[in-house]
Amino acid sequence: MSDLTAWLVVWPVAIPLIGVALTVILWGRERAQTNIGVIAISLQLVSSIVLLQHVWENGPLAMAMGGWSAPFGIAFAADVFGAGLTVAASLVALLVLIYSLADTNADHRRAGFIPLILALMAGVAGAFLTADIFNLYVWFEVTLISSFGLMVLGGRREQLDGAVKYAFLNLLATTFLLIAIALLYGMTGTLSMADLTGKVAALPADSPIEIIALLFLLSLGMKAALFPLHFWLPAAYHTPLPAVSAIFAALLTKVGVYSLIRVFMLVFPDGADIAREAMIWVAVATMIVGALGALAESDIRRVVSFTVVSGVGVMVGGIAIGTEAALLGTTFYMIHSIIISAALFMATGMIVRAGGGTRIADLAGLYKGAPFLAVAFLLCGLSLAGVPPFAGFWPKVYLVQAGLEAGAYGIVAGILISGFLTLMLVGRIFALVFWRAAPEGAPAVASDGGAVMKGTLGALTILTFVIGVYSAPVVNASGRAAAELFAPDAYIGVVLGRSAQADAGGVEGPGARP
Amino acid sequence: MNSLILRTAVPALAGLMLLFSIYVLLRGHNEPGGGFIGGLIGASAFAIYTIAEGLASARRALIVPPITIAGVGLFLAAISGIVSLLFGDAFLTGQWWFPAFNPDLKYFSSVVLFDIGVYLVVVGAISGIAFALEERE
Repeated sequence: MSDLTAWLVVWPVAIPLIGVALTVILWGRERAQTNIGVIAISLQLVSSIVLLQHVWENGPLAMAMGGWSAPFGIAFAADVFGAGLTVAASLVALLVLIYSLADTNADHRRAGFIPLILALMAGVAGAFLTADIFNLYVWFEVTLISSFGLMVLGGRREQLDGAVKYAFLNLLATTFLLIAIALLYGMTGTLSMADLTGKVAALPADSPIEIIALLFLLSLGMKAALFPLHFWLPAAYHTPLPAVSAIFAALLTKVGVYSLIRVFMLVFPDGADIAREAMIWVAVATMIVGALGALAESDIRRVVSFTVVSGVGVMVGGIAIGTEAALLGTTFYMIHSIIISAALFMATGMIVRAGGGTRIADLAGLYKGAPFLAVAFLLCGLSLAGVPPFAGFWPKVYLVQAGLEAGAYGIVAGILISGFLTLMLVGRIFALVFWRAAPEGAPAVASDGGAVMKGTLGALTILTFVIGVYSAPVVNASGRAAAELFAPDAYIGVVLGRSAQADAGGVEGPGARP
Repeated sequence: MNSLILRTAVPALAGLMLLFSIYVLLRGHNEPGGGFIGGLIGASAFAIYTIAEGLASARRALIVPPITIAGVGLFLAAISGIVSLLFGDAFLTGQWWFPAFNPDLKYFSSVVLFDIGVYLVVVGAISGIAFALEERE
């Protein structure tokens, strides 16, 4: 049945939503909830892989919800960019979920850990797959609400402190986003991103497009933790459970970067020059401030939070360069960053567990008790800094090359300097936490994490190594994603139901109605 | 709250509110109303019952924990979207069934199922919040 194909774009969102419903019905029965959670995320991974394969072979795929065709109804659409990120997100979420089984206790799980993670994943996949800009806002809210719950899980005082900052800044950002969307809607009368492309281009020359683009940059930049609005991230991400920090760092900022790319490639492909100019300097500042902040911090979980900020700068730097080669680099970096942010927060959780504290000054000599953790942390850290042969090396190569070609020397300098600072940082942490001899009479390493934690961290470490050594598939996929972003005709065609593919994809008019 | 007037009035009032909430839910199919507002009215019935009779008897009146009701509602809403898969339509496309004995009955549809799901989510979530607030006092 031809209509079944279009359903591929729904399953990565619908499966975790059904998982939320089932786990909420089974509230308090942790074992059943955990099983459902693992199954739901696994199915999400499988369905997104099938979706990516379909999109790879047949081009973008769209489905109009309820048969109400875009631009009037809400459509879901997948291209290689969105589907690829959904695959990366659900793969990392599955590993983080397995890691969390060893990291959370019964109290956390009774307080709704699994339903919240599933709701978060539904929101992330929804944001990656929707083709409607207001619907994008709604999925932002879904991730936001579930992340509030996850952030305070455990109920310690500093968690509430972090959650208040996080909640306030993010609610402010979503309000700005809503204002930007409302202004855009007021001017064009449409919310479908595919429809906006033509409508925005056809606006009279004196329309306040620049202001709206800046509002989008402000609100989505706040979500993505761009300088100078990055401060909420290091103020909040070190407080929740390590597994929660890992999934936040891996996915939430990436949703912001993803939306920036969608908005600036699809809605404002031309014009918006002030916002693009601002993006260059904001990106450079974010890279440098993130790396310097990480060097200056004394709390190891805050150090890792600052490296996430620095990575966001690199990704947005690619958007600011704005060539196809640069977007290839940004897409590759997003996939790399999803893996490496999760791995580093998982490793940090194990370091805190092993060393019994979060202050770097108090941590020493962990190599002796946790050699596996030491090696995994070092390899992930090198990947983060962009040292070959790890996955972090390639996107930076592509971005630097694209920057030199486009004459964006500020961004090239930013990437190189922040990479150098990150390398210093990794060396510093490794030397202090793992190499430095523990003081006399210090207690032995409490725990090296156990098989589950080591296994999931090891899997991510191997993944970043394998992608580094055998980078062709990810490079090809990123290149294809970038090419589709620059020539969005096929995407726009399926969303608006213009091409032949759309007829097979179920975007034709509403079904039989009374 | 220990008020004789409230405790005398509430059983009748709460029952009436619940009945009205279902009326609003079904009315929403073609006229103003619907699952969300109906659910709010239903949840207010349980909230006022909790204030008058105490938390323990409100929990007994609801039989299942409120969070379970919300879960069932979310499940029904998700299922109502997937029903259209069987008919080869897009996700969330409305499906109707008109019984042979009375084709004018318009309530057998996935759209109403979705609205019932919303109703249960709202009743479950809001009365859960009301119970939690009552518990702290």
